[in-house]
Amino acid sequence: MKRYLILEDGTTYEGKAIGANRESIGELVFNTGMSGYQESITDQSYNGQILMFTYPLIGNYGVNRDDLESVKSSCFGVVVHEVARRASNWQMNMSFEEFLVYQDLPGISGVDTRAITRHIREHGAMKAALVNEISDAKFEEFHAINLIQNQIEISSTHSPYPNPANGRKVVVIDFGLKYSILRELARRDCNVMVLPYDATAKEVLACNPDGVMFTNGPGDPESMNESVLEMIRTVEAAVPVFGICMGHQLFALANGAKTTKMKFGHRGFNHPVRNLATGRIDLTSQNHGYAVERASIANTDLEITHEEINDETVEGLRHKQYKAFSVQFHPDAAPGPHDADYLFDDFMEMIDEAKQTQEDK
Amino acid sequence: MPKREDINKILVLGSGPIIIGQAAEFDYSGTQACLSLKELGYQTVLINSNPATIMTDTDIADKVYIEPLTLQFVSQILRKELPDAILPTLGGQQGLNMAMELSEAGILDELGIELLGTKLDAIDQAEDRERFRALMNDLNEPVPDSGIATTVEEAVSFADQSGYPVIVRPAFTMGGTGGGIAQDEAELRKITANGLTLSPVTQVLIEQSIAGLKEIEFEVMRDSVDNAIVVCNMENFDPVGIHTGDSIVYAPVQTLTDREVQMLRDASLSIIRALKIEGGCNVQLALDPAQDRYYVIEVNPRVSRSSALASKATGYPIAKVAAKIAVGLTLDEILNPVTGTTLAEFEPALDYVVCKIPRWPFDKFVRADRRLGTQMKATGEVMAVGRNVEEATQKAIRSLDIDINYIGDEELADLNEADLVDGIIHARDDRIFYLYEAIKRGYSVDKLADLTKINVYYLDKLLHIYEIEQELIATPFNADVLELAKKNGFSDEVIGKMWKTNEKEVRAYREQVGLSPVYKMIDTCAGEFESQTPYYYSTYELENESTVSNRKSIVVLGSGPIRIGQGVEFDYATVHSIQAIRQMGYEAIVVNNNPETVSTDFSMSDKLYFEPLTVEDVMNVIDLERPEGVIVQFGGQTAINLAEPLAERGIKVFGTTVENVNRAEDRDEFNKLIQANGIRQPQGRTATTTSGAIEAAESIGYPVLVRPSYVLGGRAMEIVHAKEELENYMKNAVKVSHNHPVLVDQYLVGKECEVDVISDGENVVIPGIMEHIERSGVHSGDSMTVYPAQTLSQKVQDEIVKVSIKLAQSLECIGLMNIQFVVHNDEAYVIEVNPRASRTVPIMSKVTDLPMARLATRAILGESLVNQGLKPGLHPAGEIIHVKAPVFSFTKLDNVDSLLGPEMKSTGEVMGSDRTMAKALYKAFEGAKMHMPDHGKVLITVKDEDKGEAIDFARRFWELGYQLVATKGTAQTLAAHGLKVETVGKMTEENNIVDRIHDHRIQMVINTISDSTTSAADGIKIRSTALTYGVPLFTALDTVDAILQVLESQAFTTLHL
Repeated sequence: MKRYLILEDGTTYEGKAIGANRESIGELVFNTGMSGYQESITDQSYNGQILMFTYPLIGNYGVNRDDLESVKSSCFGVVVHEVARRASNWQMNMSFEEFLVYQDLPGISGVDTRAITRHIREHGAMKAALVNEISDAKFEEFHAINLIQNQIEISSTHSPYPNPANGRKVVVIDFGLKYSILRELARRDCNVMVLPYDATAKEVLACNPDGVMFTNGPGDPESMNESVLEMIRTVEAAVPVFGICMGHQLFALANGAKTTKMKFGHRGFNHPVRNLATGRIDLTSQNHGYAVERASIANTDLEITHEEINDETVEGLRHKQYKAFSVQFHPDAAPGPHDADYLFDDFMEMIDEAKQTQEDK
Repeated sequence: MPKREDINKILVLGSGPIIIGQAAEFDYSGTQACLSLKELGYQTVLINSNPATIMTDTDIADKVYIEPLTLQFVSQILRKELPDAILPTLGGQQGLNMAMELSEAGILDELGIELLGTKLDAIDQAEDRERFRALMNDLNEPVPDSGIATTVEEAVSFADQSGYPVIVRPAFTMGGTGGGIAQDEAELRKITANGLTLSPVTQVLIEQSIAGLKEIEFEVMRDSVDNAIVVCNMENFDPVGIHTGDSIVYAPVQTLTDREVQMLRDASLSIIRALKIEGGCNVQLALDPAQDRYYVIEVNPRVSRSSALASKATGYPIAKVAAKIAVGLTLDEILNPVTGTTLAEFEPALDYVVCKIPRWPFDKFVRADRRLGTQMKATGEVMAVGRNVEEATQKAIRSLDIDINYIGDEELADLNEADLVDGIIHARDDRIFYLYEAIKRGYSVDKLADLTKINVYYLDKLLHIYEIEQELIATPFNADVLELAKKNGFSDEVIGKMWKTNEKEVRAYREQVGLSPVYKMIDTCAGEFESQTPYYYSTYELENESTVSNRKSIVVLGSGPIRIGQGVEFDYATVHSIQAIRQMGYEAIVVNNNPETVSTDFSMSDKLYFEPLTVEDVMNVIDLERPEGVIVQFGGQTAINLAEPLAERGIKVFGTTVENVNRAEDRDEFNKLIQANGIRQPQGRTATTTSGAIEAAESIGYPVLVRPSYVLGGRAMEIVHAKEELENYMKNAVKVSHNHPVLVDQYLVGKECEVDVISDGENVVIPGIMEHIERSGVHSGDSMTVYPAQTLSQKVQDEIVKVSIKLAQSLECIGLMNIQFVVHNDEAYVIEVNPRASRTVPIMSKVTDLPMARLATRAILGESLVNQGLKPGLHPAGEIIHVKAPVFSFTKLDNVDSLLGPEMKSTGEVMGSDRTMAKALYKAFEGAKMHMPDHGKVLITVKDEDKGEAIDFARRFWELGYQLVATKGTAQTLAAHGLKVETVGKMTEENNIVDRIHDHRIQMVINTISDSTTSAADGIKIRSTALTYGVPLFTALDTVDAILQVLESQAFTTLHL
C-alpha cells in the first residue's frame, strides 16, 4: 500500500505504508544513529514527533524485550528508507514491522531519507503528516491542525511508583523518562520513587529523598507550568539534584535562563561534548530540539559546565550555590555511547557529600 | 595541545614492497601522513624501498630516499639526516618492525631521535601475545583460552588440555602468515612447525577456536590527552575463521543491537586507552551470535588495511589525523576535512552501506590452494557503496573485474551436489557464488546458515537478489521490476540477460522510463551538516547531490583492485594524470573502486566517484558530468578495456585512438603493421585447435611460447619444448575456441629489454631503455631490471630507439606506450606492445626525473612535447645505476610454484640505486629481503640444459668460500669438472634436501627444475621448503649471476702461492 509523507511547506514524498494502518500528524525530526531504533522509538522524548532514521536499513536485528525505553511508544510515526526482510539477532522476539503494528505506530518506507534529511537541515524541523492518499482536502485538514503542546502531560506517569532497592533514596520526576535513567540508578542500587511531572515540592520532599533527578521529556520546555519551575527552585535548595535533557532545560528555566528552539536539533549519538572543567570530551547520545540560550545564563546563579564542541550548544549547567547540575545529553545512553555515564557516579558522590554535611551539622 | 615546536625534522618510514597483507593501503596512509606533516610546517624525510608509490614522489616529502628498509641503510640515512623524530606507525608492520630494530640497535638513543606516535612498548604489548593476554586480563576483557608455544610439543600439550580445534597464530608475522586452524594433532604439528619458523621470535599462540562467531572490527583513534573515538565499525560476512583481509566485509555493522555495538565500543576504547595508542588502531572482536558473550581477537596498534577501508567507507581520513596526533595535536584541534566545519573529534554516521570484497590471485595461480583460513591470500580489494546490502554487494561483485560480473555464475549449474556443499562449507574465494547457486537450487537460507555460520540476515539478501532475478525473468520490460532491480544493484548487462536482450536495450528502456541513478555524497555525518567533500556514490533514489560545475572536466578511469599484473603502479600513473589535468585548469573527475589507494583519496581530485569500472557505471557518471572526454590509458587493462565501448557510445576517448589501440592488441593487425615497417619480431601463429597448435609449433620449431590470445600479465603463458608438453598445455591450461585462439610464438633466447615512450602524435620521447637481468622466458614483471642498460651494444640501442619511434608513430600513439624487445644475436625483436601506461612508469619517472604520466596527460590534452620542453628521442641517462627487483608473496600461498617463467608471479618491487652495478644489485637484493650470508652451503640442483652454466657459477661460489651441495645429477656434473661437492639424497632418502634445509644446514638454494620434467615434484618441494624456511632461493640462472656479482664485489680474492 502506498503512503505519503507530506511536509508543511508542501513537499511530498511517496513511499510504502508500514506499521499501523492510520494517518498521523507530527513534527518531522531525524536521528543519525546507525543502531538503536527500538530505543529511539520507545523514547518518550519523541512524543508528538514523526521520527526519521538517516541510516537506511532499519529492523536488521528485530526488536527484543530488553531494549525498551518505555512500554508504549509515544512518537507519532516513523520514516525509514528500507525495513529488513529477515531480521536476525538471538535476542529478538518480534520483527520491526510487527512491533510497529503492536505499538499502533504508522510508518513509511521506501523514501529517500537522505533527501528529506537535507531538506530539514535546510528548512528546519517542521510539521509533517503520514497520509494514505493526497488531496486538497487532506492538505487543508493538515494545515488546520496544530501540533500538540502537552506532550509532557501525556508522557509522564500519573501516579507515583517505586523502584525499590537498598541504597540512596532518589526521587525521579518523570517528564517522559527513559528507562535507561532508572537502569543507571538501579545499577547504583538507588531506592527510587518516580513521581509525576506535576508533583509539588512538598510531595517531593515528603519522600525524604537523598537526591532528586529531573528526567528527559518531550516538547517545548517554556510551555511548562510555572508551578513545576517553582518545585525545582524549592527542591534544588534542599537536596542534590541532577537534570537530564528536558530536566536540564527546566532546571535552567527555573533559575532564570531561557531556552530556544533549534533549527533541527541534535538527535543521534555522535555529538562530542567538552567538559569545561576537565577538558574531557565525550561522545554523547542526544535527543533535543530546544537548547538553553547561552547569553541568558549571564545573570543567573548558573554556570556552564559542558558544551558541544562544534556548535557550542550549552550541554551542561551547574548551580553556583546548590549541589545541583544538569546535562542536555543522555549520560544514560541507550541508544548510544556510555562515555558520560560517570555523571551518575558524580551524582551519587554529590548525594554522599550532602549527607555527610548534614550529619556533620 | 598545539603541535609540537620542539621538533622540526621528521623521518617517515614507508612499508616497502607490496606483498600480500601489506599493500597499497600504506602508500595511501604514508602519503597522507607526509602531506599532513608538511602542511603543519615540518621538514619531512621519507624512506621507502618501493619505487612504485606516490609517497616516494619528490613532492610528497622534502627528501625522499628509495633505499632498502634495513638497519644498515636506515641507520646510514639517520646519521646523515639527523632527524628529530621518526614516525613509524604509518608504514605497516614493516614500519613497526624497523622501528623496533632501530631502537634495539641503540641508534635512536645515540642520535637522540624520538619515536612519534604510539610508543614502542605499547606496540610490543599489543603484538606480544603473552603481554597482550595479561593486559586483557587486567582490563577484564575476555580473550579465547590460549597459550604460548615455542616448541611443537608445547603446542600439542596445550591442545591436549583445551581440546581441538585450535588456532595457531605465529607472533610478529604479517597477514597472519603461517597460521591456521588445526583439527587434530597431525595438523597442529605441521602448522606449528611452520609457524615457529616464520615467526621472527620463534613463538606461536595456540588458541581455543572461536570459529563461527561473528567477526567485528572497530577502527579507533586516540590522542595524547586520552580523547578516544570510533571511526567505523564493520561486520564480516564470513564468521571468525577466515582472515578479515579475506572476508567480505560490511560497514557499518548490520546485525548487532545497539547494546551489542556499545558493548564492543566500550571494549575497544578501553583497550586503546590502556595501550595508550596515539593515532589509529584496529580492534578485532568475536561476538557470539547466540548469547551475550564476546572475545577480543587481536589489536593492530597502527593504521592498517582496515583503516584504509574505514577511511574510504566513512570519508574520515584516519592516516591524516593520525599523523597530526603524532605531533601533539588533539582530536578537538583538528578540522574534519570532509565537512570543513566540524572537528575530527567526531564519530562518523553513515547513511549508506559499504561492501568490501577481496580480490584474490587465483586467476593467476590456478593451482594454488584456494581455501581461505587464518592466513590472508588476497592481493587487493574492492569497495562499493549503496543504500542497501544488495546494491552494495552487487556493485562490489562487478567491481572485481573477474570473468564473472554477476553473483549468479552459470558455470556452477553443472556442479554436483557434493562439490557444491563442499564449496559452501570449506570456504574458498568463490563461496558467495556457491551460496547463490545453492539458493537457486532451493536450499533454504536457514540450512545455509547452519552449514556456514554466516548470519541468516546476509543469506536472505542473496535470496532477495534471487527473487528479483526471477521477477526480472518473469516480467521483462516492466518498469516497476526494473526499478526494484536497479535499487538492488542489478546491472543493465545482467538485466539484459534476464530479459534475453542486451545491455544497450535495457539502458534505452531505462532512459525511456526515466530511471537513472543519482549520486549521494559521502559526508561522515549522514547529511546532518553541510559538507565540502566532492566524494560520491551512485544509487537509485530521488535526489541527486552531485552538481556539475561550469568548468571543463576530464574523467580519469582508475585501475580497480590490486592484483598480480596490475598493481599500485597503475594507481601511481592515475594520480599523476589527475595532477596534470588539474594543473592544466581542468576539473579532474576520478572513477575507481579500490579503497586502498591514493587515487581514491577524495582530496587528490576535484571529484571522486566510488563506482564499479563497467561501461554502465562509467557512462552514468559521464551522462551527468558531460566531460570533455575520458582518459583510459593510465588505469591498466581494466580502463583500456572500456575504451572501445565508450567510444562506441560517442564518448571522446583521449589519447591513442581506439582503432590504434586495437591495432596494437589485435595480432593480425599488429603483424601487418610490423611487416609494413620492416620490424623484426619472433615468428608467430595462431591456432584454434590442438592439432593446429602442434602444426604451428612444428613449422616454427620448438621451443615455442604459447598463450591464450586474451592476456593480462602473462596469464597461462608457457614455454613448451616438445609435442607432448604442448598437448598437455592445450588440454589443461587454456580453453581454446574460435573466439579465443591460442598464440604460438617462436621462443628466442636472449636478453629482454623494454621501453616506455611518450608521444604527442608527432614527436616521441623515450625516457630510457631498461634491460632485464633474466633472459627471455621470465615475465618482465618478475625480472630484475637495470637502467640504464648495461650490456646492450650501441647498435642494438639505436635499433630499439628507431623501432620504438617508428611504432609509436605508425600506431599514432598519443600518450604512453610500452614496447618489449628480445635481443637475439645482437638484433632487437619486438615481442609485445602495450598501448597504454605500463608497470614501469613510476620507476622510470623517478629515475629519469621525467614525470611520464603527467607529461603524457599534457600531450593527450594537446600540449606538444616540445612545448613542454622535451627533446624528442632517447633521454640521456645519468650516472646512477638503478636496479629493480621483484618481490613475491609465495609464503602466503600454498601450492604456488615459485619457479619463474612467462607468467607473472610477483606482487611488488623494490629499487636499489648506486654508482656501480654491484652496489645497486646489492641494494635491490637487500630491499627485496634476499640477504646472503657471506659463507655457507649452496645447494645447486638444475635441469640438464642449465648444467653447463651451473659449473661456472659453482666455481665462483667455491672461490668465494661457499661449500657446494647438489643432487645426484648436478653433483656428478660438478665433480666431473673438478669441483668438490657433497651429494644429497632425493626426497625419499635419508639426509635429504628438505631435512637439510629444515635444519638450517643450507644457506642458499639454486633450483631450476621445471614443473614439466620428471623430477618436477622434487623441484617444487625443494623450492617451497626453501621459501618456508626463509632460505634465499634462485630459480633463474641470470639472477644467480647477479648475486655472484654482488658477493664477488664484497669479497677479497684469496690467492695462494
